Formats: sequence, structure tokens, C-alpha cells
Amino acid sequence: MRRVSKIAAASIATAALAFTATACGESSTGSSSSSESGGKLKIGMAYDVGGRGDNSFNDSAARGLDKAKAELGAETKELTAKNGETPADREQRLSQLAESGYNPILAVGFAYKESVDKVAKKHPNVTFGLVDSVSDVKNVNNIVFTEEQGSYLAGVAAALKSKSGEVGFIGAVDNPLIKKFAAGFQQGAKETDSKVEVTIQYLGTGQDTSGFSSPDKGKAAAKGMLDKGIDVVYTAAGGSGAGAIEAVAGKKGAWAIGVDSDQAKDPSLSKYKASILTSVVKNVDAGVFDLAKSVKDGKPRTGTTTYSLAENGVTLTTTGDHLKDIQAKLDEAKKKIVDGAIKVKSTL
Amino acid sequence: MKKFDKERLLLGIAAPLLAIVAAFLVTAVVLVATGKEPFSAFGIMFDYGMKSDSQVYILNKATTYYLAGLAVAVGFRMNLFNIGVDGQYRLAAFFAAALGGALTLPGFLQIPLIILTAMIVGAMWAGIAGVLKVTRGVSEVVSTIMLNMIATAIIGYLLQDGRLGQLDSAGTKVSTKPLPESSHFFVFPTVPDQVWGFIVVAALAGVAYWFILSRTRFGFDLRTVGQSESAADASGVNVKKMIITSMLISGLVAGLVGMPTLLNDSFEYGGDFPTGIGFTGIAIALLGRNHPVGIALGALLWGFLERGSGKLEFEGYDREIVGVIQGVIVLSVVIAYEVVRRYGLKRQQRQVGEKLAAQAKNSKKQEVSA
Repeated sequence: MRRVSKIAAASIATAALAFTATACGESSTGSSSSSESGGKLKIGMAYDVGGRGDNSFNDSAARGLDKAKAELGAETKELTAKNGETPADREQRLSQLAESGYNPILAVGFAYKESVDKVAKKHPNVTFGLVDSVSDVKNVNNIVFTEEQGSYLAGVAAALKSKSGEVGFIGAVDNPLIKKFAAGFQQGAKETDSKVEVTIQYLGTGQDTSGFSSPDKGKAAAKGMLDKGIDVVYTAAGGSGAGAIEAVAGKKGAWAIGVDSDQAKDPSLSKYKASILTSVVKNVDAGVFDLAKSVKDGKPRTGTTTYSLAENGVTLTTTGDHLKDIQAKLDEAKKKIVDGAIKVKSTL
Repeated sequence: MKKFDKERLLLGIAAPLLAIVAAFLVTAVVLVATGKEPFSAFGIMFDYGMKSDSQVYILNKATTYYLAGLAVAVGFRMNLFNIGVDGQYRLAAFFAAALGGALTLPGFLQIPLIILTAMIVGAMWAGIAGVLKVTRGVSEVVSTIMLNMIATAIIGYLLQDGRLGQLDSAGTKVSTKPLPESSHFFVFPTVPDQVWGFIVVAALAGVAYWFILSRTRFGFDLRTVGQSESAADASGVNVKKMIITSMLISGLVAGLVGMPTLLNDSFEYGGDFPTGIGFTGIAIALLGRNHPVGIALGALLWGFLERGSGKLEFEGYDREIVGVIQGVIVLSVVIAYEVVRRYGLKRQQRQVGEKLAAQAKNSKKQEVSA
């Protein structure tokens, strides 16, 4: 009896699986495809993990969205990725936006590449914006940045400002994107002064992305660097940067370099602004806004748009005027990069 | 043949039902507290979850979760807490992906080879914790958590451009070489989305789990050790051998966890490969009470909730609400089972008491009549 009932239970479960596999019922995709809602611009935004409020990358995209909302009168919808997602989750997010008539749809972060490839093919009339990666589908606008160029200038500034001749880089994780920052910084520092020693340290490895949101780790890493005599610390680690800046501010004569947004203007960090030399800003907001505007104007932008130093896609901030004495040298380096006299490497 | 006990069946259903109802009640309270109307949220989730593309999504998600649940459950049955399923499946999937990307054999050879590699890597990684426990008395909880971190570091080291990884054209994502087309696992051609063929493997793994644990000498030994090590030892079971073997089996199954994603979806191991499924597996094994059918239901429920979370966020609810539901369900399940178990125990005692009393009465009568 028991054995039979167990086998029966097992087979019923299998049968149930098989039946649901034939997918009875209507699909959620067919019912609601009411795109082109009376000419009003509807922008869909799919953030990477962290979302709005990460004081960094996603927030920069959010600024662009807010600007589009204010200036273009757009209706917006924001969705955020969570940890441990599969490509299917990201596809679901983008599909929902596409099916609800959002156009353009912005996917923030390279993790969206595969999902954009698939969803953009299914919705050829919708324009997709993919930040930090490149998709070959023709209704996709790839928004990429030359982080290494901005970091090169940070390296120049660090080398000029350092008294000990030792500068440090703290990255959130040793992934290719963060390595672009490190590579540019190292090259900039070395080409300015070949005697400068560059120390590179990561807060995590591989898929351990906790380094983006651990101010304690940032603080410990910066402290370690300061103790070794390093007096300029460039941190590209999202929210962890706050800890690094705090540590650097505690040491007289040491400089911190911020990332992604102007961290001297950040409400929680502005009290350290006397120690924040500059910030390397990646203007994701410009990418977001420009794409939204192109769709609004009826000429949706596609292909790859590179926001480089030449277009001020990556810039150094000058809050506090700490760069005044070396501005001429920075401008010279910038000109050389823009002219192509200096080629900045994007890998270490 | 036992008499069919209606009340026992009722008790069996009562626990999970109680848990789910309690979970929804608590969630409703949370929703009300945040100023949202709870029933429309549940309505949205059910409506959306019943759509055909949602069903496919749920099945595909559940395939992965089911395997994770099984891997954890094997250890649970033996009182071993394999917290390391997470590291085991990631390391397994990584090496399997690297091997699969490097070879171009015909599919019928390469797919089994990839799966086998994953299982062996998973088993070896779990085996380290088993050996440490048996020889040095290291708690498997501690060692597996640490092995998770080491697995992350190993993958981080090897998944670099020029080692086992390659950089994509935009220079932002590093991944193993993609598997050749021939190594893609089959899919059921359902419309609009396809159900991953790996669901068949997951179902087979479930049957194997049920058979080995409840129909073999080995399974009996394993459960005995789980209930009492000393009793098992006294009855001639080699406890040390059992610990290592069950860790190895747990790791073998853990090796399968990444396979549905690798062979049916991503076809490569990159920086965006899902992490943390091993921990979801713990919740699902708890939810399913280590029973193969229970784990399947738990995995489906989990998939359903996650599908719903995307829709809820879209409708303007906080997507964290689904995390709350999931957490509360697991807690309620544990509590509900304990409540029902105690009630069942009391009921049994009462029944036995009544029987004994009746017997005593009978024998008294007999004495009197004698």
C-alpha cells in the first residue's frame, strides 16, 4: 500500500509537471502590446544590482532619467536587478517593459547583454539602450565609456600631487570593467613620473561583488595603503569608496580621488571635501538623456555611441579647486589623448 | 497492510497548508503596514503566474532549485549541513563550462562529458569537507562555508582573460569560451517560450534520490546514521564511511545545479552566472521536508514567487515583499511542522492510552467472570 501510494504520488507529480509543460492558458505577452501611447515618451529603465540610490553607477543613470522626465515630459518606469539572477530574470524585466509600450528601454550594466540580444530581436520597433556593453542587434544603442581615459588623467593628477611618490588604486572587484580604471590610472601615473610607484588592490575577486557596497572594506584597504606611505588613493568601488575617502581624510596631506559622481558634492561625503582631490565622473546620465531625446525626436539612435574624453563622456571634477596648480598639465594630457598622441590601454 | 488513517493524512496536509496560509497572512499585514492593499497584490501574482510564459519560467527556475534542494536534502537526511552547495555548483559549472568550451565533440559524447565533469568536481569539492570532518573533526558547516569562499577565489583567478576566460568585444565581460551548438541540451518546443530539457534529468535525479534513500540498504544506513550515530555504529554501520559517501553524493547532485543554466540558457560561465542558488536550496529542502515530491513542490512555489516578484515590482509594489513572503514561508513551515508533530504525538499517546485502558477494562471483566 505505502509503496504503491508513493509511486502513485511520484507519477502524479511527474504528470503534473508534464501537463504544465504544455502550458495551458494564455500568454502574458499577447494581451498587452499597446505601444505608441499617443506620442508621450515612455522610458523604461532596468538598473543593475543596487539600483537607484547606490551613489554611483546606477544613480548616474537615474540622473539622466530624471532629466528626461523633467525636460522631455517622459513617463518612466524603473525596475532593479537583484543578486543571483539568471538571464531569464533580466529577460523578463526587459520584456515586461517592452510589452507595456515603453520605448526606449535602457538596460544599465553589462550583465544585460544577452538579455538585450534576445528581447531586442523580439521587439524590433522598440529602441534599447545598453550601457557598458555592445550588442549587434540593430535596434540597440550601445552606450559605452572610455573609463580608462578619465582614469589616466586621475593618474596624472595623482603623480603630480603625491609627495611620497607612491599612489594607490582600490577597485571593487577584479573584473574587466574595474581593470579599465586601474589600467588607465597606472599608465597615467607612470607616464607622468616613471619613478612613481602604483599599488593596485581589489576588495573582492570574481563574482564576489560585495566590494561595491562595503565601506568597511574600503576603509581598511585605504588605511593599509596610507600606512605603507601611499598618499593619493583612487577608489573605484561604488559605495565602498565612502569608507576609503573617510580613511584618507583622517590623514593630513593625503588625497582621495572619487569615482562615478562628484563625491565632494555628495551630502554624506562633503565634509571630507578638503581631502577629495577630484572625482572621475562617468556621465551615464548624458548617455541616457541623449538616447531618450533621440527617440522623442523620432530619430532613435542605434549602433555604438562611445562617450570618451573628447565628448566629455568622462571628466574630472574641479570642486574645491584642488587641481588649479596642475590644470595646465592635465589639459595637455587630455589634449594628447583626444588627438591620439597618447593611447590609453584598457587592460592591465 | 495498514488501515488507511484519514486523520493522519489530514495532519500531513495540515502542516504545509498552515504554513502557506500563515505566510500570506503575515505578508498581508506587512503590505497593509506599508500602506498597500494586500489582496490585489496576491491577485496580481496569481493572475500573472498562471500565464503560459510564466509557467515555462517557473518550470525552468524550479529545475535548478529542485536539484539544489535535493543536494542539500541528501546531507540533511544524515544530519549533515552542506552549506557548501553554493560553492560546489559554481566550481562545478565553471570547470564544466571551461571543458565544454574547449572541446568540439559530437553532442551525444560532449553533453554527458560536461555533466559528468560537473558532478565529479562538485563531489570532490564536497568531499574535502567530508574528509576534514572524519579525520580532523572539523564541523562541515564551517568547512563548507569556507570552501564556498575558496571556490569564489579560484573561479575569480581562473576566469581572467588569457587564463580560462576571454573578454567580450566591449571589454566589460569575461566568460569561458561558449559551448559549441552541438552541446546545447534539448528543449521542449513549447510556445512562446521553451521548457528546458534538463527538467527530465532533474526528475530522474528525484526518482534516484527516492529510490536510494528508501529502497536500498545504503539509504537505510544513511537515515540510521542521521537519526542516531551511536545506534548506527552499534548496529555495524561504518559511520565515517557514510559521512564521506553522503558528502560525495551531496556534491554530485550539487554539480548538477548549474547545468540547466549552462546547457539550456547561458552556454558559458561568465561574470553574470547566477550565484547563491545553494542557499535557496537549503530553504527549499526545508520547505519540502527532504521528501522528493515535497522538494519539487517547494521548488515550484519558489519559482512562482520569483516570477511574481518581477510583476509586483512592475505594478509599483516593493519587490522586497516577495523576499518577505519567502522568508516567512520557510519559518512557518518549520514552526507548523513542529506544531503538527507535537499534536500528532499527543494524539498518538491519547490513542495508546485509550487502547490500554480498554484492554485493562477487558482483562478486568475476564477476571471477574473467571
